Amino acid sequence: MALLTVSNLSVSIGRLKPLDGISFEIGKGEIVGVVGESGSGKSLTAMSVMGLLPLIGGKISAGTISFDGIALTGLAEPAYRALRGRRIALISQNPMTSLDPIIRIGAQIDQVSMLHLGLAESAAKARSIELMQQLRIPDAATIYDNYPHQLSGGMKQRIVIAMALAADPDLIIADEPTTALDVTIQAQIIQIMVELVRDRCLSLMLITHDMGVVAQACDRVVVLYAGRVAESNSIDAIFAEPRHPYTRELIRCIPRHGQIPGSLTGIPGAVPSVLDYPSGCRFHPRCAQAFELCSHNVPVLEQKGSGLAACHLSEVVHA
Amino acid sequence: MPDLLSDNLVTIRGLTREYSSSSGLFGPKRSMRAVNDVSLDVPRGKVTGVVGESGCGKSTLARLVLRLIDATAGTVSVNGVDLGSLSTSDLRKLRRNMQMVFQDPYSAIDPRYSIRAALLEPFKVQGVPLTNSEAKTTIEELIAKVGLSPRMADSYPHQLSGGQKQRVGIARALALKPSFLVLDEPTASLDVSIQAQIIGLLEALKQELGLTYLFISHDLSLVRYFCDRIVVMYLGRVVEILPNARAEPRHHYARALMDSHFEPEPKRRKVVTRLAGEIPSPFNLPPGCAFAERCPAASNQCRTERPLLSTGVDGHQVACHHPAG
Amino acid sequence: MAASTTVRTILLSPRGGLSAIVLAIVIICALFAPLIAPYAYDIQSLRNANLDPSWKNWMGTDEFGRDLLSRIIYGARTSLSVAITAISISVAAGMTLGAMAAYFGGTFDRIVTAAVDLTWSFPEILIALILIAIMGPGLNSTMIAISIAYLAQFTRLTRAQIMALKNETYIEATRNLGAGHTHIIFRHLLPNALTPVIVAGMLATGDAIILEATLGFFGLGAQPPTPSWGAMMSSGTAQIFIAPWIIIFPGLAIAITVIAINLFGDAVIEALDIRNRLRDS
Repeated sequence: MALLTVSNLSVSIGRLKPLDGISFEIGKGEIVGVVGESGSGKSLTAMSVMGLLPLIGGKISAGTISFDGIALTGLAEPAYRALRGRRIALISQNPMTSLDPIIRIGAQIDQVSMLHLGLAESAAKARSIELMQQLRIPDAATIYDNYPHQLSGGMKQRIVIAMALAADPDLIIADEPTTALDVTIQAQIIQIMVELVRDRCLSLMLITHDMGVVAQACDRVVVLYAGRVAESNSIDAIFAEPRHPYTRELIRCIPRHGQIPGSLTGIPGAVPSVLDYPSGCRFHPRCAQAFELCSHNVPVLEQKGSGLAACHLSEVVHA
Repeated sequence: MPDLLSDNLVTIRGLTREYSSSSGLFGPKRSMRAVNDVSLDVPRGKVTGVVGESGCGKSTLARLVLRLIDATAGTVSVNGVDLGSLSTSDLRKLRRNMQMVFQDPYSAIDPRYSIRAALLEPFKVQGVPLTNSEAKTTIEELIAKVGLSPRMADSYPHQLSGGQKQRVGIARALALKPSFLVLDEPTASLDVSIQAQIIGLLEALKQELGLTYLFISHDLSLVRYFCDRIVVMYLGRVVEILPNARAEPRHHYARALMDSHFEPEPKRRKVVTRLAGEIPSPFNLPPGCAFAERCPAASNQCRTERPLLSTGVDGHQVACHHPAG
Repeated sequence: MAASTTVRTILLSPRGGLSAIVLAIVIICALFAPLIAPYAYDIQSLRNANLDPSWKNWMGTDEFGRDLLSRIIYGARTSLSVAITAISISVAAGMTLGAMAAYFGGTFDRIVTAAVDLTWSFPEILIALILIAIMGPGLNSTMIAISIAYLAQFTRLTRAQIMALKNETYIEATRNLGAGHTHIIFRHLLPNALTPVIVAGMLATGDAIILEATLGFFGLGAQPPTPSWGAMMSSGTAQIFIAPWIIIFPGLAIAITVIAINLFGDAVIEALDIRNRLRDS
């Protein structure tokens, strides 16, 4: 059975409905990429799983989320608090705001294992330093006594990952963990994070807009477009045989080594806003293969080949 | 003297920009060179890419080339004219010929200006008189050129998406028919599907109008796709110049940068070369190669003696004591 | 948001609508005082001194037998014209100083900032008193004193606005088109900085009315027989036990006008959503 099952999840904020019937699963030890552009609902999906929607005035209007047999939808806040940070950890986009500027690095990691695992202070410290070493933080014992402002962005993000791992969670949700970082640092962090997650057989939900990162790190991919799932499949299948035109085009938006000049065209039109979603398939105004039906009927997410896709086209859309 | 026959539209020699800051109230003044002794040619009708990570000085270079900020030392010549020798009013006139597309389209247009007003501003600023009918056709042409719909002329920036705003930014830069455009990360704040659109548009415009680009980016894959020549910068200095997009980098930093790019190809996963350490502070650079502390091939020589750019047979320049390949 | 929608939002809000009506009445009184006032403001009649309010004199008469209502209506003219002129001068000068300081920076900015910080640390009334002591009493010196007393506020606010705006990409983009300083300041920076400064000016007009009344109360403002609400209250203090209305009605006029201005200002701030921009200075 899957560790996390999201089925038919819809979220409303006021009269807006930014998520509309999202379904996917994350198995134990699996790294699943959740990919989409701005406004696709990828961060809201993470917030829904973490039970943080009330913070932004949103609520789950339909569907269910279950984690290791526990129904998260409708779970009372105290029970949620016992899961959050302990069994489900979040790594957010901006490491600068995830760390408390006036508490030493080490103490912040210690707090997690003391609170959630009930470790004594000395045991917590030993564990924190070990985690920092596993994240290849040089001279971990010195950094342990530093304050966040003394570290670079890349180092801070490693500390945030160490904090996420400190409680020995089952699922980590990483929301664009490397977007704010430089290219070379981003590559290192993705690599280390994937290694650690694999070693511990943890599940990772990796939220990103970068198909390159997905190809490098994930086992399976869920492609979101305008608040709905466009397609989900295993990593090899989705790159080899995308079933949704959006997936195919999104992959083509990244220039490859040796690509012929003039062949990069992007996807015409603009990314739709939640205020103004198109009817039918929300991708139809930008889709080269759209036909009559696409503008009227919402395509159902159904089995297509080895994965799921929500598209009226019956055949494979070749990459 | 203007040398119109030269192959190089822009020639940069020894360009340096120093910033100083005092540390604390009584601390000593510290200085750093955001751009340090950069010499570079921008060939006419080609795309020259400048790539590097944050703090490498690429954005400062862009502004120095257009003389939006003044250089501490060095010269920039456009069409053989040294920008530093020009009076303020001559420089202003010359700006018609060299324009910039900015990274952040969201704040690149005055929120109080309609698209029409924003597109007419270049003419007003340069004192180019336009009759009403000329203004109308100019706007129609510019809007069509960048692929926007004519009814957008009366919109205000907040009514447009990021990609549309960037198209307006490009139209504004093209209004005075320049021959040289500096593109400062024009796609960095856009969605992936829109990034590729804008690059496609810039490619088409270059073909159509015979433009010369200086393309600033942190994305080596984009630079390799889009550029004819690639300049790699690290901490204010040029460390490598690749004569064409197919050339393999020889500087270890350029190689690391390339290795850090993940291709959208799950069958070719990478083991990232481990760059030791972090980018050092630009305020106290080591005496030798600035990259030595992170470089897998560094020797003692690298830590004491700074490597100079040396040119290979094919025009490939690299500043490294132990270049790869 | 279009300008007409903003105006509608302000006028339809309860405090915005009510305060707008009150302000309209005050402004009409000031503009058309000779047509509205039942009597001239300077006709003395010692026989009719200190009369109770009656049908003939709605607000009674003062110690010289002058009709109080007429003097309050004419007084609106003095108060509003002094306050509005003073604040307009102050806003214009403050915007110029603040914009130049922020835009050009350097030594000029340091001098302006130091001067602003210095005057900022004294209460407006003290600055005004010192200036009037130098210039001598009268309406013109009151006006100049008030405008200088509020100068620091607008200089500071404008400077903060321009400092934030000048780093916007569109400023750099316009400079790159070849635009000069004048174009950038007048076509981009000032128009974008204008709204919060104008609203702050509106709110300051209320304070300026009080300041003008205070100076009038000390006999430093409008000289007799020109009616001024502050001076009227001052002369009323001697009669407070025999004819309290002489001090009460001008006091009410000041209070109602100032409250209306503040409520209206709040409604404008709300409608334009600029509370944060007023706060950053």
